[in-house]
Amino acid sequence: MNWTETKNLKSVSLEDIPQLHMNELRTQIIDGIKNGRRLVQFFGDKKDGRLILYAVLADDLTSRLFIASSKFGNEKEYQSITPEIPAAHLFEREFYEQFGIEPKGHPWLKPVRKGIAGISSEEIPYNFFNMTGEEMHEVGVGPIHAGVIEPGHFRFSCHGEKVYYLEIEHGFQHRGIEDLFVKNYNKSLYLTKLSESVAGDTVIGHAGAFVRAMESLGNTAISRRAQLIRTIMLELERIAVHLGDLSALSGDVAYLTGNSVFGALRTKIINTTMAICGNRFGRGIMTIGGINYDISSKLESEIKSILNRLSDDADLAAEVLFSSASVLERFEQTGVIEKETALEIGMVGPAARSSGISLDIRSDHPFDAYQYFTVHKLTLESGDVFARAYMRFIEIQHSIRIILEQLANLQDGELKCPANSLQPDGMVVSLAEGWRGEIAHVIITNSSGNIKRVKIKDPSFHNWFALALAVREEGVSDFPLCNKSFNLSYCGTDL
Amino acid sequence: MIKIITLITVLISPFFFIGIINKTKAVWAGRKGASIFQPYYDFYKLLKKGVVISRTTSLIFRITPSVNIASVIFAILVIPLPFSNSVISFQGDIVLFSYILGFSKFMTVLAALDTGSSFEGMGASREVTFSTIVEPAFFIIIGSLALLTNQVSFTSIFTALSLSASYTILIKILFVISLFIMLLVEGSRVPVDDPNTHLELTMIHEVMILDYSGPDLAFILYASVLKMVMITILIVNLLIPASLALVPGILLFVLLISLSFISVGLVESLIARSRMSHVPQFIFLMTALSLTAFAVIIFFLNGGF
Repeated sequence: MNWTETKNLKSVSLEDIPQLHMNELRTQIIDGIKNGRRLVQFFGDKKDGRLILYAVLADDLTSRLFIASSKFGNEKEYQSITPEIPAAHLFEREFYEQFGIEPKGHPWLKPVRKGIAGISSEEIPYNFFNMTGEEMHEVGVGPIHAGVIEPGHFRFSCHGEKVYYLEIEHGFQHRGIEDLFVKNYNKSLYLTKLSESVAGDTVIGHAGAFVRAMESLGNTAISRRAQLIRTIMLELERIAVHLGDLSALSGDVAYLTGNSVFGALRTKIINTTMAICGNRFGRGIMTIGGINYDISSKLESEIKSILNRLSDDADLAAEVLFSSASVLERFEQTGVIEKETALEIGMVGPAARSSGISLDIRSDHPFDAYQYFTVHKLTLESGDVFARAYMRFIEIQHSIRIILEQLANLQDGELKCPANSLQPDGMVVSLAEGWRGEIAHVIITNSSGNIKRVKIKDPSFHNWFALALAVREEGVSDFPLCNKSFNLSYCGTDL
Repeated sequence: MIKIITLITVLISPFFFIGIINKTKAVWAGRKGASIFQPYYDFYKLLKKGVVISRTTSLIFRITPSVNIASVIFAILVIPLPFSNSVISFQGDIVLFSYILGFSKFMTVLAALDTGSSFEGMGASREVTFSTIVEPAFFIIIGSLALLTNQVSFTSIFTALSLSASYTILIKILFVISLFIMLLVEGSRVPVDDPNTHLELTMIHEVMILDYSGPDLAFILYASVLKMVMITILIVNLLIPASLALVPGILLFVLLISLSFISVGLVESLIARSRMSHVPQFIFLMTALSLTAFAVIIFFLNGGF
């Protein structure tokens, strides 16, 4: 394999990326993944009118990334990778949707975002997998839901209360975000704001991944203080969302105590975020070249005391939640994803760690302040709703410890430095561990050093399929609980 | 006279008790909570609204709310109200009671199927499944009481019961617990159903009435809370001694009914909802308790030890 070897946030020149024949690229992707590498990105880009397919593989043990490409001429199809590597399933559908190149032999080829969501003047029949039989029935949920939830369509094939198959349809929130990045390449404030809006619950995660990618392409080094504060913000975001999820998981099983206690704790954290940057979800702090808001020493001691108290409160609340028999009855053995399945479909984030996969970008491909200390990877084995809930609790405690340690390490430094112009004809892969899992931004520049292609992947892109598998053979009434235990992003997938 | 006053009080009280449940839950969660009278405002708000009726539905869908209310009020007429006998009483009214409630449920299920929605069909199937388990248990309770007292109308059963032997306290406790379970099932409360959820896929009763709006919805909500009050009246009738004077008696009555609703609120605060497939086990508990009481009655009627 002669792929370009690089690291997280280490930019490469487009010229150095080998162009292989598609068949060769396909074989090498399959070989690589069978040898323990992971598919991080798989996307197309037009260069001088020719379509180029880029593939990025990650070797998590050695913190390396590998990039290769393949040029398409007049070919309109290639041999699909998905039958061998199920993790490529959505990537290939996305590539097909964006460039019309058909992966031959793909088991379920349909658009990712412009299926029923994109139906326009011509009536295209709804393309859903269906099961027939006298006692089979279909239940369709969404895209309009009863609560304040993002739009998505779920089609269940059920036999009585039992779900045999679930198909998830996306695209109702497609905003063309990747194109907006390219169109507004010269407005850096706009770009940062846009990256904060990729997924509303992962503001710091996505904005961080984007600004780091830009800094890497511009060879801009930021101060240690700015890196530490970014890290603290990311961990605060993780704590806040995990607390909210524990609250919502309790709410889904009608467990009032957990619902209210965790909900109240979450408020403390998002208020802390607001004290730092003026916005409860962390909007406005990230900027290319550093950060916009500082943590004063007064604020620092406040954060310390809030987190110390939160740690005790969360312990107490979790003890009550995870020792309640009626809650455990709902959580345990519900929506199980086995480790083999999780590996095969390329799951990421806390959901993957709950199924026993040791993958954490903070430790495997460190960025920001994670380069200076070790993040212990936490895993659980059972892969059920309980594991995903308990994983959130232990990650909350872990994040509190990280923040408290890093607050002690804060040293003086510039908040931001001017951003340099970007490297022409360059490419960078920026990975980050958001609260939901691996975020991957890829930025490609043209010969005059302007952004010409942005590819964004929210962790949800990997994990939606896990949800579809988790509810198989479960009761249809357990779907909302399984769904909440993954808590995936609709707009992060729809882009 | 007192009969009419009591009846009217019972008919206007239900939302107050729902307010009590909500208040209990709010206090437990550390919130201030809405006023106890909030459900009345909600009811009034619904009455003022317009109605949207799906074009796919038929007459059944439109008459069901009225049938619901009429059935529950009729059922209330045959049970003994506090400090007065029932309004209507005749031999065998216990059977009528059961089937008039069954009829209202039957109409609700038909109306749900009438809309043709897959959700409502799912809810109807769940409702029917759980009702088939509750109904026999209720007949065991009421049949045992009839056997014990040798009477077949509510009024005479409860009059005879307050005069009966000392061992009936055990039977009463068993029946109170099983009627409380019936209260949770019929009232669609935790752990059987979750009245607060917005998740259609997990609902039972709520999902069957998704297509109702405005006054129709208000009627259905009223009928279902009135049914809860009716079951608590049965519970309290079992507990309260008939020899009390009027004023302390009424106070004790209101207190016991409020306590029943506070208990519902506490159950909802403290335990999570059961998995759908485990709900029948919970309802079978009601059957088991009733059968135990039935066995005790047979034992004592045959001369005891």
